Amino acid sequence: MSGATSQLAAHLSSSLNRFEGRLATRDSGLVKTAVLAVSLAFFAVFIFLPLVLVFAEAFRKGWDTYIAALADPDAVSAIRLTLLAAAIAVPLNLVFGISAAWAIARFEFRGRQFLITLIDLPFSVSPVVAGLVYVLIFGAHGWFGSWLQAYDIDIIFAVPGIVLATIFVTFPFVARELIPLMQSQGREEEEAAIILGASGWQTFWRVTLPNVKWALLYGVILCNARAMGEFGAVSVVSGHIRGETNTMPLHVEILYNEYQFAAAFAVASLLALLALVTLALKAYVEWQAARNVAKDSEG
Amino acid sequence: MSGANRVLPGFGLSLGYTLAYLSLIVLIPLSAVFVKAAAMDFERFWSVVASERVVATYKLSFGMSLLAASINVVFGLLLTWAIVRYSFPGKKIVDALIDLPFALPTAVAGIALTALYAPNGWIGQILEPLGIKIAFGPYGVLVALIFIGLPFVVRTVQPILEDFDAGFEEAAASLGATRWQTVRRVVFPALLPALLTGFALAFARGVGEYGSVIFIAGNIPFVSEITPLMIITRLEEFDYQGATAIASVMLVISFVLLLVINLLQGWVARSTPRAI
Repeated sequence: MSGATSQLAAHLSSSLNRFEGRLATRDSGLVKTAVLAVSLAFFAVFIFLPLVLVFAEAFRKGWDTYIAALADPDAVSAIRLTLLAAAIAVPLNLVFGISAAWAIARFEFRGRQFLITLIDLPFSVSPVVAGLVYVLIFGAHGWFGSWLQAYDIDIIFAVPGIVLATIFVTFPFVARELIPLMQSQGREEEEAAIILGASGWQTFWRVTLPNVKWALLYGVILCNARAMGEFGAVSVVSGHIRGETNTMPLHVEILYNEYQFAAAFAVASLLALLALVTLALKAYVEWQAARNVAKDSEG
Repeated sequence: MSGANRVLPGFGLSLGYTLAYLSLIVLIPLSAVFVKAAAMDFERFWSVVASERVVATYKLSFGMSLLAASINVVFGLLLTWAIVRYSFPGKKIVDALIDLPFALPTAVAGIALTALYAPNGWIGQILEPLGIKIAFGPYGVLVALIFIGLPFVVRTVQPILEDFDAGFEEAAASLGATRWQTVRRVVFPALLPALLTGFALAFARGVGEYGSVIFIAGNIPFVSEITPLMIITRLEEFDYQGATAIASVMLVISFVLLLVINLLQGWVARSTPRAI
């Protein structure tokens, strides 16, 4: 009898989580129902329905319209420019993130904390201001405006401006994932490698990189999502020249403002798909990182 | 630590590269705003940043960001509680989708929310007969800022609630506290620093947000215009000075908020309760 009871208890606790399995941390059924109803309704209205709507609107006029919207030359050139901006911004910010994390997490110097704050700065600046600063420097009336004009170099209302704005808004992503992790890991392993005769680069490739690979990947995924999706900053420097300086989010805006809703949502659905892939990869990386931690603590 | 007992190589290279790249991409460009704003004479500067239309945008941007962040604190806490404390079908999907506002491009969020809350939209057509107008007005701004801010609250509070030692709650219960007393007096104070940090992060993001707002706001002067849009409007009029003046005000606000958030995060780190 007691065996059956404990089996039942074990079964119950396995289907409940660690808080619901304990009397002191268990909420009454009424409270649980109310909290779940209110919070999930909020989630549905503000997060879930907008996501579903993007795909519903994209396919409302059928596959043919959907394909036609994506195969449009302006859409193709927008997709190409978005990929190009991300392909330049992500590797640059990756190298910067590794370099910043190495300096900050492996050495002690004055103003380290302040440097971390400065690295986070682009996150707290409005995207519109981020775009504006490059107009003030490289625009026709900007610091280098007349010099650039004399040499016929276009930065603002051209591809280089879009790339610069993208680099700015995605600047902190990799650094902010790596710095706290490398600080918590300490420098003993790298110091051991150096003392045993490894070179600096060998130590980096064989010791540091394997230790931080999941955080690095995580930072790159988020950096890439923002690089491909940035709207405000890119909008200021782009000039909205169709087929030339339009990225995917800007193309969505133009189609939407021309009341081509099905086409706008078709291009938007590609970006929404990218967001879903990003979230899935993020969940996978978190799961892998948690598994590694569990393995380390067992071993 | 002096240079002599430094074992690891690469300090000069990594710090030098970091500072150079940071200056080139972020610091020098941002300083351009202040240099250009300082070159304006004060009368002109003030006439731009204190003009009636621009002041109306501060009120809207600040008011709606405050309101959205407050709403997110309440519902974000409930949502975090549901995810950490309860099991329910689809929990993993809900947990993963909380980050959607971080991953979904703001323009996509903007047109999706507009279509959803427009008078003929899925939610808009339910609210329309009740006389509630969301899209193309100030409440459209609110909806967009709620969407953008939610993950900041949930992701700040979630790790604290997950690490919260259930022993505290058992101690409170065994000392005779009711469940509500325990939650209010024991759990809630431990979450407060994280809740405030989440609030500040959501607020800071809301003040500067552009992409998701402009589609749903309707952008009516004095009614539903946000401050970042004023910068764009001035730029489109080729009024670079005006745009720079407003941008300098926004930058100062961002710096103050960044400072507040740093102080709050320090408080969270210090006040995380130790296990019994």
